[in-house]
Amino acid sequence: MAEKSGKAQGVGASVLRKEDDRLLRGRGQFVADIRMAGMKDVAFVRSPLAHARLKGVQVPEEVKARVVTAADLEAVKPIRAVSGLAGFKPSDQPVLAFEKVRQVGELIAMCVADTRAEAEDIAAMVELDFEELPAVHDMLAARKPDSALLHEEWGDNVFLETFVDVNIDSALDAPIKIRRQISTARQSMAPMEGRGTVAYWDNRMEQLVLYTGSQMPHIVRTGLAECLGLQQRQIRIISPDVGGGFGYKGILLPEDICLGWYAMKCGHPVRWIEDRREHLTAGANCREHHYDITVYADRDGTLRGVDCVAHVDSGAYSSYPFSACLEAAQVASILPGPYDFPSYRCRTYSMATNKCPILPYRGVARTGVCYAIELMMDAIARECGMEPHEVRLKNLVRPEQMPFDNITKKHFDSGDYPEALRRAMAAVDLPGIRERQRQGEPDGRLIGIGHSIYCEQGAHGTSVYAGWGIPMVPGYEQATIRMTPDGGLELRIGAHSHGQSMETTLPQVAHEILGIDIDRIKLVHGDTEYTPYSTGSWGSRCAVMSGGAVATASRELAKLAKGIGAHLLQAKAEDVELVDGSVVSASGSVTLAEIAHTWYRKPQHLPVSVDTRGLEVTIGHKPVRDSGTFSYAAHVATVAVDPEMGDIEILDYVIVEDGGKLINPMVVDGQIYGGLAQGIGTALYEEMNFDASGQPLASTFADYLLPGPTEVPAPRLDHMETLAPYTEFGVKGIGEGGAIAPPAAIGNAVNDALRRYGVELLHTPMTPHRVLEAIRDAGSRPQGNAREATQKQGQGELV
Amino acid sequence: MKPVNFDYARPGDVAGALRLISDEDHTVKIMAGSQSLGPMLNMRLVQPDLVVDITGIAELRDVGDGADAIVIGACVTHADFEDLRVPDVTRGALPSVARGIAYRAVRNRGTIGGSITHADPSADWISILAAVGGKVTLQGPAGSRTVAVEDYMLGALEADLQPGEMLVSVTVPKLSASARWGYYKSCRKTGEFAHAIGSFMVDPERGVSRAVVGATESRPYVFKDARKLIGDGKSDLRLDSKLADELVEAEGMADPINRQTHVAALRRAIERAQTA
Repeated sequence: MAEKSGKAQGVGASVLRKEDDRLLRGRGQFVADIRMAGMKDVAFVRSPLAHARLKGVQVPEEVKARVVTAADLEAVKPIRAVSGLAGFKPSDQPVLAFEKVRQVGELIAMCVADTRAEAEDIAAMVELDFEELPAVHDMLAARKPDSALLHEEWGDNVFLETFVDVNIDSALDAPIKIRRQISTARQSMAPMEGRGTVAYWDNRMEQLVLYTGSQMPHIVRTGLAECLGLQQRQIRIISPDVGGGFGYKGILLPEDICLGWYAMKCGHPVRWIEDRREHLTAGANCREHHYDITVYADRDGTLRGVDCVAHVDSGAYSSYPFSACLEAAQVASILPGPYDFPSYRCRTYSMATNKCPILPYRGVARTGVCYAIELMMDAIARECGMEPHEVRLKNLVRPEQMPFDNITKKHFDSGDYPEALRRAMAAVDLPGIRERQRQGEPDGRLIGIGHSIYCEQGAHGTSVYAGWGIPMVPGYEQATIRMTPDGGLELRIGAHSHGQSMETTLPQVAHEILGIDIDRIKLVHGDTEYTPYSTGSWGSRCAVMSGGAVATASRELAKLAKGIGAHLLQAKAEDVELVDGSVVSASGSVTLAEIAHTWYRKPQHLPVSVDTRGLEVTIGHKPVRDSGTFSYAAHVATVAVDPEMGDIEILDYVIVEDGGKLINPMVVDGQIYGGLAQGIGTALYEEMNFDASGQPLASTFADYLLPGPTEVPAPRLDHMETLAPYTEFGVKGIGEGGAIAPPAAIGNAVNDALRRYGVELLHTPMTPHRVLEAIRDAGSRPQGNAREATQKQGQGELV
Repeated sequence: MKPVNFDYARPGDVAGALRLISDEDHTVKIMAGSQSLGPMLNMRLVQPDLVVDITGIAELRDVGDGADAIVIGACVTHADFEDLRVPDVTRGALPSVARGIAYRAVRNRGTIGGSITHADPSADWISILAAVGGKVTLQGPAGSRTVAVEDYMLGALEADLQPGEMLVSVTVPKLSASARWGYYKSCRKTGEFAHAIGSFMVDPERGVSRAVVGATESRPYVFKDARKLIGDGKSDLRLDSKLADELVEAEGMADPINRQTHVAALRRAIERAQTA
């Protein structure tokens, strides 16, 4: 479509982000920026123990009026996130603990004061009486019959076990069989902004108004209403600017319920702002997977089968709305990745442990799955004496197979996976790197190259989630579009941006269809009062679902505008067109602004037969097929490993991705950069350890390392654009991908570098200590024909 | 993570500060740059009745020039070294190390006296000052005393500070024209605490050869006569890695991987200095 202003701003244009005008000037409004008269601050008394019977909570008389315990919370229901999968055992997550605590940081009492410091003073006065129980801190040990039990009534510690077997027997005679134990560390999500809640009761509206940085305000409202016993009209959730979510802000927290309950009684606003210690130790855990995986292959690298037992440490409770089994059960369905092979068996366990609930972090199970399967692909390559990319090219689903239903019935909508890998490999000098490896580096470091390739199912809808039976099943995504009397547009969606740039990209979608300048289009979101219901922002779904809904609504609005415009032009509706923001007939044209002016302010000029919906539409949207879009990328990392210090430096990083049609390529690049940073965190830095008593061992960013600017290289990006067949414009969900592949690519590169020692690192993060331990355990000096540069440096202590 | 309620004082001279910290009935903490104390207050790891902010004391921000040493006030910041507001008498050692301390925001406020007194084993100042032969001067009710930096640090987060005493200055000897130094630290990321530090200084004119292995569990290992370990500086330096490993083990570092990285840090400190 031709652009009126001459400057592209529709679908595919890299326009600057509208929201940056306020965010980059420090004028964003986050929950912690909200000030209200009479507002009081909350601090929580949290469990210092991972597993214990709670025998008593003593609140000193002088502060009793300002402390809430479980005994006060009459008629408040616990958080219960069920799954409809057969055998799932639900847990009740108490809003405030009673009888028992099951994780360090679990809420026990809520303390209210004029300032947070004073609230913490009160919290320090509350005395707790415990009978400590053995902690379940290791998910593998948690399955042993003598393990302590978190939820005694279950009889074990398994939220859910799943099993799938597709013809594994026919793979067992393969000449190559490789088995590994692979795991990813528990992590913390660490968005720049933590959680926070401000709540008050609005007497006029008879409403609990709750500000909370949320990816899914409508789901929070539904969950909150169920726990507090309110009608949903009595709750308004406002999610203002959100400083990153990554899944953590998709969760209904017991803190939200506490504040909501208190706000209904106390007559003043109340707030809780999560601090970083709470975040790290009590709130935001993710990623901890363990794979006992065996691959079967032929000598030419053909993958014959994959057999896996996977455990996911789901923590103490099933969190709302995603449940405790999302990750492990997802492992079973996505472990095959983008490969086409005939035999598969996978058993998964969602394990309950005395840690905070596992939450779906950007990439959800895909990061762990990609790490596991991609490390195995490189192991096959080493075994076959092939280059790893050759093994992958042999097994990747081919473009002529599209659309392709894989071994777990995932429907790959489109794409050319081998081409992505070939392009990525063309961007690096593999023979040159192999030659450098033979020569040895002058500084004694060892270089290595590693790849990974994955697929990211995004925007999967009703047909996928109905089977999960969790509290939330996405249906038709709705958008409201409304012309303003001056010819501008308001878009309203129920999903919420926590960094996705939707204030820019959704106006681009509307502009594409209606031709209205994006500066005149406002996105309204983050408020249940003003927006249609939505399950929110998760699963890389907003570009497809909200974008699709805005496109659908825009087309409806175009019809309405054309109806009025045709009348003003004295033409038939079927004889006019919408071009560059004007309705045009053979004899003249009228702008959308003039049409809006007529509808709102000069209704005397409307025809009697006008469509009385006016210039406002709410409509639902689903892709033609809702099994999800499949974006994908190939990542190639080149690293240098210091075999003496254990340090790993990323020398080069190449990403070739295919997100279908990109609404705003610059925004997608930003998503990929951010995802890569998080993937590097998983690969090399981030680790939330627990001791045997279930105590988290990191409580500040001095102990929990995040990559910083100097640890994240500028990746070299290349885009492919295979249009999705089922979505508006061919858009695919791509928001999580950057965080999926890096641990595998970096891990394979490190293992390539350490190949001479005959060792593999199979656990994230690949810390200097783990590198040095692996080299030590290899028990051998460097082998092969490399120059012994490290020895030349007098590295006699390396054994 | 908010501090307990405490009183705050900002005296204008050392005598005033000493009066405030001599209060034995209350818990008093001295605050300089507050880059370590601040987080400790917030986490309530320290719960003082009174915080005495000494950054308003002009003499603690001064640098005095002597015949063979300079005397640096306790509240001189890392950035003051980095930006060369402190004259360099160490052939670049202190400004170079200062440039690598944490992040610039920390360096703007963090002070040399505060860092040494905080006595974090992985901090930079303690290891480089022990290598160049720095001393600290303390003032207290019993007057003034001066001790070597490495003796001032008693252990992790523990300095030899008597009740009522405060660190007022750091004395750094002027190195000869032929002196050489080196410093290497291993961090997992920029600005993070070090996991291994090696540093040394040889000054053949003054007959000094010192080597330091830092970022240990506790105090750095300071080899005050390191001629056998690294050389005397009259010819090329070379680390005796085997001897270093033995010495480090004798100091109590049992884990072989830790010994490997610490010895390597010292060797790299030497290798990097060859061309200096």
